[in-house]
Amino acid sequence: MTGALTSTVRRFLDSDIWYKFRRDPIVIVATIIGLILILSSAFAPLFAPHSPFDLKTLNLSDAFTPPAWIEAGKAQFLLGTDDQGRDVLSTIMYGSRASLVVGFAAVLLSMVVGITLGLISGYFGGALDAFIMRVADVQLSFPAILIALLISGVARVVIPNSQHDQVAIYVLIFAIAASGWVQYARTVRGSTLVERNKEYVQAARVIGRRPLAIMFAHVLPNVLGPVMVLATLHIGTAIITEATLSYLGVGMPATQPTLGTMIRIGGDFLLSGEWWILWFPGLALVVLVLSINIIGDWLRDALNPKLR
Amino acid sequence: MLAFIARRLLQSILVMLTVGFIAFSLFNFVGDPVSLMLPPEATQADRDEVRKSLGLDKPFYTQFAVFVQNALQGNFGISLRLGRPVSQLLTERLPATLELVGVATLLALLVGIPVGIYTALKRDHWSSQLLLTGSLIGVSLPNFLIGIFLIVIFAVWLGILPSFGRGDTTQLGFWSTGFLTVSGLKAVILPAVTLGFYPVTLIMRLVRSEMLEVLRTDYIKFARARGLSNQAVHFGHALKNTLVPVITITGLQLGGLIAFAIITETVFQWPGMGLLFIQAVQFADIPVMAAYLCLIGFIFVTINLIVDTLYYVVDPRLRMETSSAGGH
Amino acid sequence: MSSTPAVPLLQVKNLRIEFPTRRGNLTAVDDISFDIAAGEVLGVVGESGAGKSLTGAAVIGLLEPPGRIANGEILLAGRRIDNLPFEELRKIRGREIGAIFQDPLTSLNPLYTIGRQIIETIETHLDLTHAQARARAIELLNEVGIPAADRRIDHYPHQFSGGMRQRVVISLALAANPKLIIADEPTTALDVSIQAQIITLIKKLCREHGTAVMLVTHDMGVIAETADRVAVMYAGRIAEIGPVAEVIHSPQHPYTIGLMGAIPSVGDAHERLAQIDGSMPRLSAIPKGCAFNPRCTRVNDVPNHRCTTERPELLPAGKTKAACWLHVSAAAQTDKQAVTA
Repeated sequence: MTGALTSTVRRFLDSDIWYKFRRDPIVIVATIIGLILILSSAFAPLFAPHSPFDLKTLNLSDAFTPPAWIEAGKAQFLLGTDDQGRDVLSTIMYGSRASLVVGFAAVLLSMVVGITLGLISGYFGGALDAFIMRVADVQLSFPAILIALLISGVARVVIPNSQHDQVAIYVLIFAIAASGWVQYARTVRGSTLVERNKEYVQAARVIGRRPLAIMFAHVLPNVLGPVMVLATLHIGTAIITEATLSYLGVGMPATQPTLGTMIRIGGDFLLSGEWWILWFPGLALVVLVLSINIIGDWLRDALNPKLR
Repeated sequence: MLAFIARRLLQSILVMLTVGFIAFSLFNFVGDPVSLMLPPEATQADRDEVRKSLGLDKPFYTQFAVFVQNALQGNFGISLRLGRPVSQLLTERLPATLELVGVATLLALLVGIPVGIYTALKRDHWSSQLLLTGSLIGVSLPNFLIGIFLIVIFAVWLGILPSFGRGDTTQLGFWSTGFLTVSGLKAVILPAVTLGFYPVTLIMRLVRSEMLEVLRTDYIKFARARGLSNQAVHFGHALKNTLVPVITITGLQLGGLIAFAIITETVFQWPGMGLLFIQAVQFADIPVMAAYLCLIGFIFVTINLIVDTLYYVVDPRLRMETSSAGGH
Repeated sequence: MSSTPAVPLLQVKNLRIEFPTRRGNLTAVDDISFDIAAGEVLGVVGESGAGKSLTGAAVIGLLEPPGRIANGEILLAGRRIDNLPFEELRKIRGREIGAIFQDPLTSLNPLYTIGRQIIETIETHLDLTHAQARARAIELLNEVGIPAADRRIDHYPHQFSGGMRQRVVISLALAANPKLIIADEPTTALDVSIQAQIITLIKKLCREHGTAVMLVTHDMGVIAETADRVAVMYAGRIAEIGPVAEVIHSPQHPYTIGLMGAIPSVGDAHERLAQIDGSMPRLSAIPKGCAFNPRCTRVNDVPNHRCTTERPELLPAGKTKAACWLHVSAAAQTDKQAVTA
């Protein structure tokens, strides 16, 4: 067991991917920063100096405290506080957590739906394939943000007002996922079409095994690379989409801040001089997405040397 | 040629029917069309009356047919929030959005294509690497944040450009344009730059990767072997082949940009269709949402048709295959 | 400007082509030398990966990075061309050295008429007006056997069949009347029935124009029909080089002997074709000594394990030159001066 593990590790250390990774300082920096951001938000309750959800610790008289290095700042609020007296640094940590959860969950959902539909489409072909691909075409004619907006708009009508806040996160995940499955489906479908006519699939059919299951096992390794690249870049897009929806006021409620919500709140105080409420969450968002995109972009090049 | 266009038209109609069906479902199943049409104090008799006048007692497909018929005449009902016909609201807002998207697209093409070519031809030069990394930052910046950033610099700090609105507009028939006044021209700069940011990075990366792909082909290698100058190889041969797929994707992006303008219009309070739509979403104004969806779908389909025709003009293989299909 | 008759048209001296990789340099072409005289057809034959196409690309200055010339010289009519600045080299391409590539389907830009592509080549190299260039283009198309050339000149590549397109490619290679043509597998992508026509055409045109040809192919039959001399390449080295009749009828290198044994001849149809066991080594694992030694049946005929320890030089053997220890020992004993001459 450990032998297998060490050999896997050794193979990885010897692989081209690892070699290319070590020689690219920008990706290393992006990975480190990305990991710091993800870990600090995942363990926000441990690291955050304050809890933005604990109403007892909030004090409105602390509101609008500037960052600690400015004269009126207080040492306990390193990046200042917002209009409610919440510590900006802690809110960023909790906010990125919500952003990341939404982003990862949406990508995972898109991926599962996309891979399944792509496999079905490629394997069965015919009318089913034509139908799925036409739906994909129609969907591609609308930008992700519009589809997400429509879904959350419909959800507002269908779901009673009192439950809006509880289900907001699920609506958001669904809305973002619904706009992203097409690319996975297309990639997997293409690869399935290639595999379908190979002999092992015919053989499996002859001996009465379920070809779909076998194909899944064979198609998956082939599409793993492109799907991983798509997923990484998609996480960046999903986080931006979430932030945008929250900024537009149709995402997460103000009681469960995400980075987008914080930026929306900060926007109200931009002209009155409390710049830190906007720019620190904004910076956190950009750095987070940028590091994820750098990794995704690098991954694409590393897995596909032809596209240098 | 005719068969080609006929096929495309058929596809477009199918897409429009699908989009129309989604809009119809929104209208009929999500929102309750009867209460959408009536004041809250209406009686049951009123409701039945409206049900009948809307044809809601008819079978489902008849209802859809009526919806399509109405939609074709531009009739999408009354906005819940503003109490005015939706078609009227959209027509008022259309010029603002189209002018914004037009300027942004022009900007994206004028910057994206040359920079893309440059980074492909000088692919190992440090400036290309810098531009590439820069484009990645561009992709990672949320659109609304770019808008806010530009407002802070040019409106708040420097005070040279307006932070919101369209400036003074001139009415030309039904079209209200901001291009004829100084304040209108100044007002479009920041929103257009904001909206153009993403397509610039996209077009640049697309042009670069397509060009690199083309530069690897045999006919480019052969063109070099024939001793043609770099100028002739790059701009005579590679560029044209590069631009064929770029046309398609840019065209498709254009349709997306109109919807993408929702964000920019919100940040700059630009009085276009996007701002109307986002307010509709916030207030669950179903008729406006449905009509906007149909309009975006229609614009997308139209652009698609134009792009296909362009493609057809540029690529001789396409032209020939269809015209000589019977000859072989 | 014309070279003295003593100087061959093309001289390749000690050419080495390397590909830098993370695990060190791979040597794809290792220290090869050969000449081509004016008007001569040199066939270069070998399995895929033997380095023959790379050699052709190096001569015309179109090695694709990261491949690079690590050592050696290439001289055209006595003038060194492998280290020329880009602009100088560009003027040689098409003008002095023409090229024909393997796949006529992809060698032509699909978006331009063949006429435009021929005319631009002519105008690049020759001082002609557009009308003159067009007239010359039609003349060239006629010459390569395109019917109704004055009409066909305005057609796009996809309107021609594969064989016709290769004729267009040939007319492009000849457009500026070069002294040498590098033909890299010019018939491989074509139907068998068309191959012979194209080969005959290349041979005929080059004889008429006095053009020398470096004909790169894996097809011994094509070589036998066309070439004056032939170079057999194996694992980046020349195994044997000599007049085509000699190499075919009395090959000296065991690899060449094996290669000839693998060609069917009409006379003995019922005889089983010989085959060489094993396959060519990968570039990263070329054996020490003679690259062919793991597959050679005669390793043990050479004393002192020389085949597995020392690389043999290309030396006269019979009426050809071969890089094989079997012949070196014999040659060295008989006449040492012949080596240096």
